[in-house]
Amino acid sequence: MDSQLTYNYKVIRQFTIMTVVWGIVGMTVGVLIAAQLAWPALNFDLPWLTYSRLRPLHTNAVIFAFGGCALFATSLYVVQRTCQTRLISDKLAAFVFWGWTAVILLAAITLPLGITSSKEYAELEWPIDLLITVVWVAYAILFFGTIMKRRTPHIYVANWFYGAFILTVAVLHVVNSAELPVSLWKSYSVYPGAIDAMVQWWYGHNAVGFFLTAGFLGIMYYFVPKQAERPIYSYRLSVVHFWALISLYMWAGPHHLHYTALPNWAQSIGMVFSLMLLAPSWGGMINGVMTLSGAWHKLRSDPILRFMIVSLSFYGMSTFEGPMMSIKTVNALSHYTDWTIGHVHSGALGWVGLISIGAVYALIKPLFNREFYSVKLIEVHFWVATIGIVLYIAAMWIAGVMQGLMWRAVNSDGTLTYSFVESLEATHPYYVVRLLGGALFLLGMFVMAWNLYKTLGRSAETVPSTAAQTA
Amino acid sequence: MDVVTLRTITTLALFAAFIGVCVWAWSKKRKKRFEDAANLPFADDDVANRTAKR
Repeated sequence: MDSQLTYNYKVIRQFTIMTVVWGIVGMTVGVLIAAQLAWPALNFDLPWLTYSRLRPLHTNAVIFAFGGCALFATSLYVVQRTCQTRLISDKLAAFVFWGWTAVILLAAITLPLGITSSKEYAELEWPIDLLITVVWVAYAILFFGTIMKRRTPHIYVANWFYGAFILTVAVLHVVNSAELPVSLWKSYSVYPGAIDAMVQWWYGHNAVGFFLTAGFLGIMYYFVPKQAERPIYSYRLSVVHFWALISLYMWAGPHHLHYTALPNWAQSIGMVFSLMLLAPSWGGMINGVMTLSGAWHKLRSDPILRFMIVSLSFYGMSTFEGPMMSIKTVNALSHYTDWTIGHVHSGALGWVGLISIGAVYALIKPLFNREFYSVKLIEVHFWVATIGIVLYIAAMWIAGVMQGLMWRAVNSDGTLTYSFVESLEATHPYYVVRLLGGALFLLGMFVMAWNLYKTLGRSAETVPSTAAQTA
Repeated sequence: MDVVTLRTITTLALFAAFIGVCVWAWSKKRKKRFEDAANLPFADDDVANRTAKR
């Protein structure tokens, strides 16, 4: 190996810090809109603070800013370390960081102003869509270019997952954002009616499948073995996991459109592929958890590993719940209720949130070469976050099932038993519990930020290797 | 060819592809290669140490 080789850690440090910053921003907006659902007066009658404008700000911030920065940081880190080569271009890496930051800032300005294409998880208007495309192509060149000049014979499985995430998100974004601009800040989708709905949820569900799943599985396949100090339980299973997951996810989107104008056969395809997805999802989860086989005691002493393993159990829970909810008869009860919100947050806070937090903690030592200010505070973060998630999803499950049952209840003469407002009233206490759960999760992020701030203020360790002295 | 035949062929072809991936992944020939790959996260600590910030 080249004795002068160093990695580009600058861009990784930038994205790692911004993961925490955007996490706090996005989750604060989430807590505010959760409070608005419980007490609507909290929009203060200002148009910029209405739920309808802040909700997309929350989803965009947590998915694309918090989750996005975690994915950029870890993918660019893992690709360098497992290919044993530096990123192909430092300038391109800087462009990706500043370009993505510009996208996030533009989203934070335009969404509260009410500028939106109204497509869920793709609300940003066409000029920002173009910027996203440019940044994403730069990212793809950076990632795949680095893989092409690798010094290792094999492409590590985490890079396969990251690669699928980058390629698929590019295709999804370009196809779903096909729109006709009518002014600088307004455009309309090129697709008509039910086709538009199908394209939207093909995009929407694959954003879950490839952005929020495949990308974070890339994190899992590198950081869980690294933190547990043992190779992945079964590399062969990871190969089958990869091909099965990516080929099935692509077709699950129609389950978002059960009992709509979408043709019935398309709804059935969506349901069947969603059901089949249980197999690769659980295969991947088992592969991650079983990596600890014979080393379970590490969970007791290492809170970072605990973040990762608990995130995998939430992944297992939500990937069991998802296929179940895609069954049309179950969906008839769950659709349009808060059960969906509970399901999403079990995946988003439990899986995506905890694995990202675990990866950020795991990155601090190699990136900044400092010991943690307090390991105890990582423990505190873990428990505050976990209790927050449990409160959140339990409240939404109960609220959701209750809403579904109240909405479908009919009297013997065929009239509805409950008015909508009655179901809303019954939901109120659960909205308060959900707010509490979300606030606890956010509190954990503040604990993390404080701990990292104090950690980075410490002086660097002396590096133990001999190579360090010559550098 | 009617649509049912086409669907049957597609289903069988995809099933065969899945079996193929499994056989490929678990074949004895690739055992060594996958073991090497699985150890990649642990193979570059000297470069990481050199890069670490001081």
